[in-house]
Amino acid sequence: MIYLDNAATTQTKPEEVINAVVDAMHRLGNAGRGAHGASLGASRTVFDTRVLLQEFFGAEDPRCMVFTANSTESLNIAIKGVLSKGDHVIATVLDHNSVLRPVYSLEEQGIEHSFINADPMGNPVYEDFEKLIRPNTKAIVCTHGSNVTGNLVDIKRVGEIAHRHGLIFIVDASQTAGVFPINVKEMGIDILCFTGHKGLLGPQGTGGMYVRNGVDVKPLLHGGTGVQSYNEHQPSEMPTKLEAGTLNGHGIAGLDAALRYINRYGMTSIREKEESLMKRFYEGVKSIPDVRIYGDFSSFHRCGIVSLNIGDYDSSEVSDELFTRFGVATRPGAHCAPLMHKAMGTEEQGVVRFSFSHFNSEAEIDEAIKAVNILATE
Amino acid sequence: MRQKELKLVMTFHTTSDAMAFEKQCKTDGAPGRMIPVPRAITAGCGLSWCASPDDKGALLNVIRKLSLSNTDLYQCMV
Repeated sequence: MIYLDNAATTQTKPEEVINAVVDAMHRLGNAGRGAHGASLGASRTVFDTRVLLQEFFGAEDPRCMVFTANSTESLNIAIKGVLSKGDHVIATVLDHNSVLRPVYSLEEQGIEHSFINADPMGNPVYEDFEKLIRPNTKAIVCTHGSNVTGNLVDIKRVGEIAHRHGLIFIVDASQTAGVFPINVKEMGIDILCFTGHKGLLGPQGTGGMYVRNGVDVKPLLHGGTGVQSYNEHQPSEMPTKLEAGTLNGHGIAGLDAALRYINRYGMTSIREKEESLMKRFYEGVKSIPDVRIYGDFSSFHRCGIVSLNIGDYDSSEVSDELFTRFGVATRPGAHCAPLMHKAMGTEEQGVVRFSFSHFNSEAEIDEAIKAVNILATE
Repeated sequence: MRQKELKLVMTFHTTSDAMAFEKQCKTDGAPGRMIPVPRAITAGCGLSWCASPDDKGALLNVIRKLSLSNTDLYQCMV
């Protein structure tokens, strides 16, 4: 199989990540649940990973880093934790359902929302952010990179707008963490939400968030923390405030190994390889008759994604043919990003998304180009 | 059960603070080890750092270095 669905999850993980999970499953107890060796081992692993994440994202303190199961959980905690009745929030049509659905769900609680539109290239209309700000606007939520087109969003620019108006800036880095440098201080990010199983190359079921010191986020979950057991309320101290229940210690051990791998291999090297593969694929398919590519390719400094359609063919049929005949794994349909598809006019057809990892080879890219060519011309 | 001794016990509000403290103690060579919080201090679970009362100065240095505000020091029989 030629796996080109890395925007859904990176299938190939560094061997050390797999080994770290296996080792943790042999060795670790429950973090923060006792002072015996197995529990302390888990607590140390969790804390070490917290420090690695703090350094990775330029956070001020390891206590700002919270572990969750994925970006969706992080975004739910962030969006529901900062907004209250009467507030207004701005998101974008580039956003994933992990942003849109929490925002929609808050309508019932009297929390309003507005969405920033996309231009014909699929980029957010930056000028509209300030136009949509109201007296009751509390926060801006924005993806760092579209999971449909691969377009990057200028996070620093949006962060400046948010802070000029005293708004909380929440960023969804699901498609970018691990591949693009993210410094929460330099980019003006108040809350960063990320998953561990995509660009960070960790196991599924790992993820987290950065919450700037001083930003008050109400807990979504209440439960066991291993501390303050007779306190009827969730402890108010970070990160425990947002971490009820047993953490995924085994997965976090894998994430720890993945972060060390990225630091050693080099994020720049990873990104340059992905960009090179994306460019090779783009150049190989862009001139094939009836192939239509979506998104902004004026620069290849973008997520490693090329989304396309062939004529009027249903994207699901194309993706199925790619896999059954050529062994090329892609993702068709709506990619949980309905507003992006509405903006592109692809609600009915969907798009076929090819997404690349630095573990892919040029030979695999050439096979995929050949497959698209055959499907488009036969 | 062994004979109890007078010890210096430091408590934390979160496991994360406890781990930060332990890591810094290892770096600085400050003595002691993690134990479950003695019931004489609280029944609310969690980790605490146990050391000799003579080591108070070294532990306070670690607290200052980490700017830990949510810690308490006790002397009790452990």
